[in-house]
Amino acid sequence: MASTHILQAGLGQTSASGERGVFARAGAVLLRRLAPWAAPALLILAWQWAATHGLIGSRILPPPLEVLKAGVTLAENGELWTHLKISFWRALIGFALGGGLGLLLGLITGLSRRGELLLDTSVQMIRNIPPLALIPLVILWFGIDEAAKLFLVAFGTLFPVYINTYHGIRSVDAGLVEMARSYGLRGWPLFRDVILPGALPSILVGVRFAIGFAWILLIVAETISASSGIGYLAMNAREFLQTDVVVLAILLYAVLGKLSDWAARWVERIWLRWHPAYQ
Amino acid sequence: MTQTTLEGTAGVALAIRGLAKRFGAQTVLAALDLDIRAGEFVAIVGRSGCGKSTLLRLVAGLDRASDGRIDADGAALADSGADTRLMFQDARLLPWKSVLANVGLGLSGDWQPRARAALAEVGLAEHAGKWPSQLSGGQRQRVALARALIHEPQLLLLDEPLGALDALTRIEMQQLIERLWLRHRCTVLLVTHDVEEAVALADRVLLIEDGRVGLDLPVPLPRPRARGAAGFGAIEEQVLARVLRQPELVTPLVDELPIAPGALRWAL
Repeated sequence: MASTHILQAGLGQTSASGERGVFARAGAVLLRRLAPWAAPALLILAWQWAATHGLIGSRILPPPLEVLKAGVTLAENGELWTHLKISFWRALIGFALGGGLGLLLGLITGLSRRGELLLDTSVQMIRNIPPLALIPLVILWFGIDEAAKLFLVAFGTLFPVYINTYHGIRSVDAGLVEMARSYGLRGWPLFRDVILPGALPSILVGVRFAIGFAWILLIVAETISASSGIGYLAMNAREFLQTDVVVLAILLYAVLGKLSDWAARWVERIWLRWHPAYQ
Repeated sequence: MTQTTLEGTAGVALAIRGLAKRFGAQTVLAALDLDIRAGEFVAIVGRSGCGKSTLLRLVAGLDRASDGRIDADGAALADSGADTRLMFQDARLLPWKSVLANVGLGLSGDWQPRARAALAEVGLAEHAGKWPSQLSGGQRQRVALARALIHEPQLLLLDEPLGALDALTRIEMQQLIERLWLRHRCTVLLVTHDVEEAVALADRVLLIEDGRVGLDLPVPLPRPRARGAAGFGAIEEQVLARVLRQPELVTPLVDELPIAPGALRWAL
């Protein structure tokens, strides 16, 4: 009898502490969600304070509220969306071209000995050219046309995808390939069921790198020569000394970069849901 | 050459003649002769690097022999069309496929009911939808066993399939393998370094030494075998004494690599 009492008392205690535990845990989760945003929020508050108290001249850096107002104005007259859309499409098409070609080349060199022999050295050589060094040549070839920007983005995104595809295919577990062959898998089924899924984690790492490069190159291309896009928005605003719009354009690039990285992670989470790291 | 067939068997009889495998200057198997009856359960023991895994890989067709031939029911094994399945020491499940899809690997048509039945046979029916990474080592090997058995092989090759499991799981797996073998009656070649396991499961225990069959010992004990039975210990002792007589090889042989270097660098 005494032992049951002790047991019940013990149970009561655990349920009480359990309730507290739930709240504590919810709080901890909330804190973990908010923590990454603490530093940017503090920075913006400090910036606003410094700007309104005249510590920073509005020519140098307008207060965040001004930037926000500029954004609202541009959004209302539709200019913002036009430029955003154009930049987004350039990044997407350039990435699709470069990433697609990188994937194709990586598959060729990863899967076939002849392909590696013929192509790998050349690709590695071209890879070492900084894309920005090509700008004069690109302007000579394509002028300041749409093609110039797409070429630069494609050039920069090709190699991360290529290298990671090639490396991913090469590091597929040879034991799994041997097993699959002994179960009669050859050619396309072997590629679809074993080699491609095995290389996918590495390929997706390449894709995330490539997306980062795509934005960097697009910024440069649009800043040098463009009649539309976020880079054009910033350069145009500079001529009219609209520092708020310039800052807005910079922040837009940050947001777009973050969003596309987030999209890539989302794809990873879906395609690699078998991976212990995503369970 | 006598090739008797056990009654009610689905297995093939194997006849191995003058089988040799050399890696450069190193001879792993030298003119090995071996006859295995259809439906027989044969265990191959030997020290690490004695060539027992090499023999299995040659029979499985994963490596090419330097010399000699392997016949199944009178024709070359490779051309005989005999369905041969190999179970590896590591389960080698595809981590990106569900347990069920792993069992159905290489099957076409309406394979799912068959895969479910095969999973049920190894007692894992309720794990069909899981990823391999969510299973324990023993469960993974059971999935690999189901994957091999779904093809109803005439020849089942087991390459130390229980080597990485803990003692209790291993005994459970041994019982499962025996039960499934008694049901399917295929020919089984089991490579193991565990003499007790060999005596518990096999009709015959072979010892490979110096690239040849050094000992060929029938195990005439009734099944299921109790490890404490009188004859069991005597046979185990006899094999063990013979194994221990051989000096341990100090130089690691190529044989010990799971896959010959460079053999699979190129996927297609």
